[in-house]
Amino acid sequence: MTLYFLCLVLFCVGLYGVLRKRNLVKIIIGLGIIEYSMNLFFVLLGYRFHGRAPIDAQGQDILNMVDPLPQALVLTSIVIGLAVTALLISIAIKIYEKYGTFDITKIKRLKG
Amino acid sequence: MIDNPNTGMSLIVKTITRLTVGLILLFGIYIVLHGHLSPGGGFAGGVIIALSFIHLMLAFGKEAVASKISTRLASNLESIGALMFLGIALMGFFGGSFFLNILNKGLPFNLFSAGTIPLSNIAISLKVGIGLLAIFLALVILENVKKEK
Amino acid sequence: MELHILLLFMIFAAIVAIEVKDLLSSVVGVGAVGFALCLAFLVLKAPDLAITQLVVEILCLIILIRATIKKDLPLVIAGRWVFNTIATVGFIAVFLFFAYVALKELPSFGNPTMRVVKMYLQEGLGKTGATNLVTSVILDFRAYDTLGEATVLFASVIGIMAVLRGKGRKKIEEREDDR
Repeated sequence: MTLYFLCLVLFCVGLYGVLRKRNLVKIIIGLGIIEYSMNLFFVLLGYRFHGRAPIDAQGQDILNMVDPLPQALVLTSIVIGLAVTALLISIAIKIYEKYGTFDITKIKRLKG
Repeated sequence: MIDNPNTGMSLIVKTITRLTVGLILLFGIYIVLHGHLSPGGGFAGGVIIALSFIHLMLAFGKEAVASKISTRLASNLESIGALMFLGIALMGFFGGSFFLNILNKGLPFNLFSAGTIPLSNIAISLKVGIGLLAIFLALVILENVKKEK
Repeated sequence: MELHILLLFMIFAAIVAIEVKDLLSSVVGVGAVGFALCLAFLVLKAPDLAITQLVVEILCLIILIRATIKKDLPLVIAGRWVFNTIATVGFIAVFLFFAYVALKELPSFGNPTMRVVKMYLQEGLGKTGATNLVTSVILDFRAYDTLGEATVLFASVIGIMAVLRGKGRKKIEEREDDR
């Protein structure tokens, strides 16, 4: 129970970074921290005490494994998180070339 | 191998890179091929293969890789990987439905077992690895333009 | 027990990554959070995820360092700074209170209700022939989701190439004409 709560506290630290920071790279870093916390939350849901990794070996019990279904979903989510971060960084590079700064308040005020 | 002392990093980094970059590529191919027997699979193996090329590019400067693999070739190879995955899915129509596993199942714990799963692993690793290499090439070639302005 | 220590370390490293003024140091902080997450996956008996998280974290660090300069912006207390901060902290407090009330309904940690997965565990080896059950789930039982993920990766590569084009493309063509 406290483990789930600590996971959501990590989510809130990332959320604070997205909402209250002025530098564009800090906002992207906050988004990355939100993704890490959500992946950890999913894998925590499927853990079983004294379980085994979900790989068959010769002559071992099958019904003792941890849950492999959240692990399959999180495997996809990790790679998608990398693709989204790369796209955000490339847009940030283009913004820096056009406006000369990473500050989001100054980007709003320059028109054309 | 281009040995210009002006580009890339120092001599120690270049020597170690020459010794280890082939082993990293081999390890990535091993993880892809044994995806149905031990942990790993297509995604992790594809990223390791992309990391071996990026290692070469970081140590020797970007001329060593960017002159041989342009972004057009990389995006063509990535499309071939995606089409191969779709082809394996459509092959299931011979058995009755979309994505059905129709090849021979074989004995467990062998390398040639589990039907279409090793072929899917190879297609996914081609797509993910070459796609990430194309992203990195696009980022690096732009830096060249920014410095020349 | 080890999971509590790892989670406290991750929270501390995340606070450091967001508050430090130097951009390069905050990228190092995000790297520390990622490596601690890889260790947490190993403790939770998920070796597939640990391998994938480690290599993806290394690639993410390389791409992030590409875009950082060495200066952060100074703190400016202008406009409605007090109201914004109090509103954000208040929202986070309300969110955490409701999260605590909702998390009590989940099954306790360590005893999952595996109703759907029992069928996958018992028939996985027989129906697919693969001994790695996570691979058999993502490439045989749920292969449609993997097709969707390949589409998302493809769309992001096309998006990056479309955004970063422009003058770069002409220079490459000029260099190819000169050779």
